[in-house]
Amino acid sequence: MKLKQRKFLNNLITYAMVVAAYVICTLLINGGQMSRSLRGQMVPICCWVVMAVSLNLVVGISGELSLGHAGFMSVGAFSGVITSGWLLNSLQMEDATLRLVIAIVAGGILAGIAGVLIGIPVLRLRGDYLAIVTLAFGEIIRNVLNCVYVSVDADGLHMGFLNPSLPGTLLMNGPMGAIGVKKIATFAAGFVLVMLTLVVVLNLSSSRSGRAIMAIRDNRIAAESMGVPVTKYKMMAFVTAAVLAGMAGALYGLNFSTVTSDKFKFDQSINVLVFVVLGGIGSVRGSVIAAALLTVLPELLRAFSEYRMLVYAIVLILVMLATNNPLLKGWLNALREHLPFGRKQKGGEPA
Amino acid sequence: MTTKLNANTRMVPVPSDSIVPERDLGKRPILETRHLGIEFGGLKAVDDFNLTIGPTEIAGLIGPNGAGKTTVFNLLTKVYEPTSGTVLINGRDTHRMTVTQACRLGVARTFQNIRLFDKMTVEDNVRIGLHNQIRYGMMTGILRLPAFWQKEKRQHEQALDLLSIFDMQDLADVTAGSLPYGAQRRLEIVRALATNPSLLLLDEPAAGMNPHETEELMRNIVRIRDQFQIAVLLIEHDMRLVMGICEGICVLNFGKVIAKGTAAEIQNNPVVVEAYLGKQKEG
Repeated sequence: MKLKQRKFLNNLITYAMVVAAYVICTLLINGGQMSRSLRGQMVPICCWVVMAVSLNLVVGISGELSLGHAGFMSVGAFSGVITSGWLLNSLQMEDATLRLVIAIVAGGILAGIAGVLIGIPVLRLRGDYLAIVTLAFGEIIRNVLNCVYVSVDADGLHMGFLNPSLPGTLLMNGPMGAIGVKKIATFAAGFVLVMLTLVVVLNLSSSRSGRAIMAIRDNRIAAESMGVPVTKYKMMAFVTAAVLAGMAGALYGLNFSTVTSDKFKFDQSINVLVFVVLGGIGSVRGSVIAAALLTVLPELLRAFSEYRMLVYAIVLILVMLATNNPLLKGWLNALREHLPFGRKQKGGEPA
Repeated sequence: MTTKLNANTRMVPVPSDSIVPERDLGKRPILETRHLGIEFGGLKAVDDFNLTIGPTEIAGLIGPNGAGKTTVFNLLTKVYEPTSGTVLINGRDTHRMTVTQACRLGVARTFQNIRLFDKMTVEDNVRIGLHNQIRYGMMTGILRLPAFWQKEKRQHEQALDLLSIFDMQDLADVTAGSLPYGAQRRLEIVRALATNPSLLLLDEPAAGMNPHETEELMRNIVRIRDQFQIAVLLIEHDMRLVMGICEGICVLNFGKVIAKGTAAEIQNNPVVVEAYLGKQKEG
């Protein structure tokens, strides 16, 4: 029972942290205390937090290294942008919030479908092979999207593959990406999406399905012989993560006036992986913090202008060294012992 | 020599050229293999393996290292598909079944090299065993519907119940990987029992245990059989355990059955003594 309470408290802290961060940022924005560039980062931060937490579901809880997470984000981004454009131009839906919600849902569904299609071949593989193939699929998605042309008129949507001559206004112009997007993403929507992601991932991981996913991670053969259908649960983790990434993508896409597939290149997948690894594999709260800080960091480092990314890299290395430092770790653990709630589980000697 | 728990067991032949304890005669055997065999690239790892186990029998599978004992377990649990012969579990042919399906038919096993879910707690390990016993869907879990709370509670209670077989309730919150060796072996048995099996396969349950622990394990295996009314098939090198509790014993050498019978029969069988027990003689 003690362990359960500790877990509950831990989750509560994560939720409280996100709520507090949202409230503080909103207050700062309303009070005009936040710089313009930082204000512009609010929605992307939410998106990257969702990306990191959902990738943590695959890497930390399911134990499979996926390097194509940005691919699902791009599917979500473009389907979100197209849905929003279609609702506005074809159905004259003026309500931006409703459009945003429908676009996010559409992004999630389409990314989920992509997740199923890619998951079927990919989840037959293990370890390094799976990582390489997800990387490849991430790039394939991006390149396919480069060839898609979508336009809208009163009749509805028109699609062309490698064929830009479509009637109506172009929503998606092949390699030029989606243009003339109406920016309808809001920080509030981002906050809701982050909370939704946290609920899904935290609740899933402490339920029957989540335990099955973790069992497969720990010992596939044993899980199988306990009657756990391995493929089903691996798929569940992979597709859930894809859906969440798609939703984050839709929000991300609708935050800019132009969306090109270059924004979802392989290095973005690696970036998200960096958030997960730095935050601690399997630690949801860590992912949230790492994603938020590391998204803001390059922005804060603008003072270094050209050396920005260099400094960013050095900071990353320093953080990694610091978090692996036994001295620091021991000190942190000692600190935890004195706190009532943060006490680490003493796995070990039987009572 | 040891605690003879099966002194009064009489083994009787059944039609499929095998034997079961007298009390299980007339009941459908829980496991029946007919001419079971598997080849790995021309090498016959198991050949013409016939075995029948009664619904409440404790049977032993012994043989020198590399005789194919664990391969038999892998065939029974469908890790391998046999290249010849059939495995009938509770009268049902398991041809082309998956490991998961075989588990649902009622076969549970432990592993020679312990395979626990190391990073999960002891209780969660048992809950995985209950995976197909107490079910609810993914959405019920995410949305925390009333069914979630109710079934989680039932899982929790049942897991602690099962852990109490080996007095392990107090370890419920400990990470499985950090348990001492003997406790890990016991947890594996508890986890297997959680799947509500009718046939329990134990792969070297006494490996690494001291004589005192082995003695306790023997009592517990018999107790589990009596309490759950299930059949147990075990692989073991510890002859005290095998001769002490196994009613029927099957001796395997080079993938072939060389003898079958009760403990007394096996001990006096010259073929077995030569192939196996002879080497074990001390002094």
